[in-house]
Amino acid sequence: MNESQHLSSQFDEDLSGLRTHVLQMGGMVETQISAAIEAYSSGEVSSVKHIVETDRKVNDLEKAIDDDCAHLIARRQPAASDLRLVFGITKIVTDLERAGDEAKKIAKGVRRIYEAGQMPSQYGIGVRHIAEAALGMLRHALDSFARLDPQLAEEVIRADADVDTEFKSIMRQLITHMMEDPRTITTSIDIIWIARAVERIGDHAKNIAEHVVFIVEGRDIRHQDKESKA
Amino acid sequence: MQIHDNPALKAEARNLNFYYGEAKALKNINMPIYDKKVTALIGPSGCGKSTYLRSFNRMHDLYPGNRYEGEIRFFPDNTNLLSPEVDPIEVRMRVGMVFQKPNPFPKSIYENVAYGLRVRGENNKRVLDDKVEHALKGGAIWDEVKDRLQDLASNLSGGQQQRLCIARALATDPELLLFDEPTSALDPIATAAIEELVHELKKRVTILIVTHNMQQAARVSDYTAYMFLGEMIEFGKTDEIFIKPQDKRTEDYITGRMG
Repeated sequence: MNESQHLSSQFDEDLSGLRTHVLQMGGMVETQISAAIEAYSSGEVSSVKHIVETDRKVNDLEKAIDDDCAHLIARRQPAASDLRLVFGITKIVTDLERAGDEAKKIAKGVRRIYEAGQMPSQYGIGVRHIAEAALGMLRHALDSFARLDPQLAEEVIRADADVDTEFKSIMRQLITHMMEDPRTITTSIDIIWIARAVERIGDHAKNIAEHVVFIVEGRDIRHQDKESKA
Repeated sequence: MQIHDNPALKAEARNLNFYYGEAKALKNINMPIYDKKVTALIGPSGCGKSTYLRSFNRMHDLYPGNRYEGEIRFFPDNTNLLSPEVDPIEVRMRVGMVFQKPNPFPKSIYENVAYGLRVRGENNKRVLDDKVEHALKGGAIWDEVKDRLQDLASNLSGGQQQRLCIARALATDPELLLFDEPTSALDPIATAAIEELVHELKKRVTILIVTHNMQQAARVSDYTAYMFLGEMIEFGKTDEIFIKPQDKRTEDYITGRMG
């Protein structure tokens, strides 16, 4: 990745402005997710409204960044690393926006569970754990973007497999609960939705990390099996 | 950089050096020119891209003190274009050139195109008529000039003059066409017409084009070579050079980072 200055300082400013906005948007999505996890653990459903509102801001930012990218392409005709950066950013914001949507889904699921009664405490731990892992992935993915660090991005990609495995084990656990006690079915299904949303956040973080590798190294590593990726 | 599934070679520079008197303008250039492909030469002013281009039709022979070293092999006959035994006039029959500014002769449209054929000794009116028409069609200008072939070429617009020059270069059926910044004096519409023409022409001839316009190189060429200070820094498929160049100097140039 090329970090030296352009002849046109305005171009440099445009690009660094774009990067800053992506990180801002990333920060918002991170906050949404951690607030959703917090609500899940504490039952503080009042924050759900705030999470849903933040989602609107995230959506606006996605549109604004895409618009900036289109303008930058039209005005500057970026090439090579600049082109990869702009192209990568338009993909990253899509994944960020979707991760934000998943946070919203978690928040709404939490509200349904707590409004219907209490969270059965024994269910909570697994989901909280996987949620922390997915949030950590997203954080690292954004860090790898901020620092243009492909090694860190590759770590994020590897971490996704753990989240996937854990998601499956939560599923098995919940199915067992539902079979043992059919009264838990409604809550269990809500928890499955939440766990599913968390797992998707991990996927989006992984996608972002893949975009970072493309931006920095020009390698498209999407949809590869694990052996050839290493 | 390795390039697979390469097409046939039309020409190849081998250890090419060039001197303007004492000044070394080209430094050990090795580069393939693939048959019926468009190769773009890019690089900052003074990097030697025009000097390199002009070596292909021995234009430097016109000035004393200029000196070549190395070879430019021309295929399929494997002639060394730079060999003193090879007649530069013969070379220029096979290797046509179009310049930055349209430079029609102060003659009629018809005579501009017929000129190269007459030099070659062709005087049969019917053959000339036929070849002029064919060349003007090749230059995508026939429809605009067919009713006024005897008008002075200088009455045409800049873009038309440039297409006339391309037609003139095509008249002798060259195998390689050299373009030295062919659109830098033209507006975007005329430029688009020339670029479209380049795309058509590569079905029958090999093209080597020098351009300062990076987007033009990206649009029209199959291969791109980046030159800097008389050296060939990087040669590769255009798609790769503009998305992921291997050399930092290429990257800096095409992203506008070079001072």
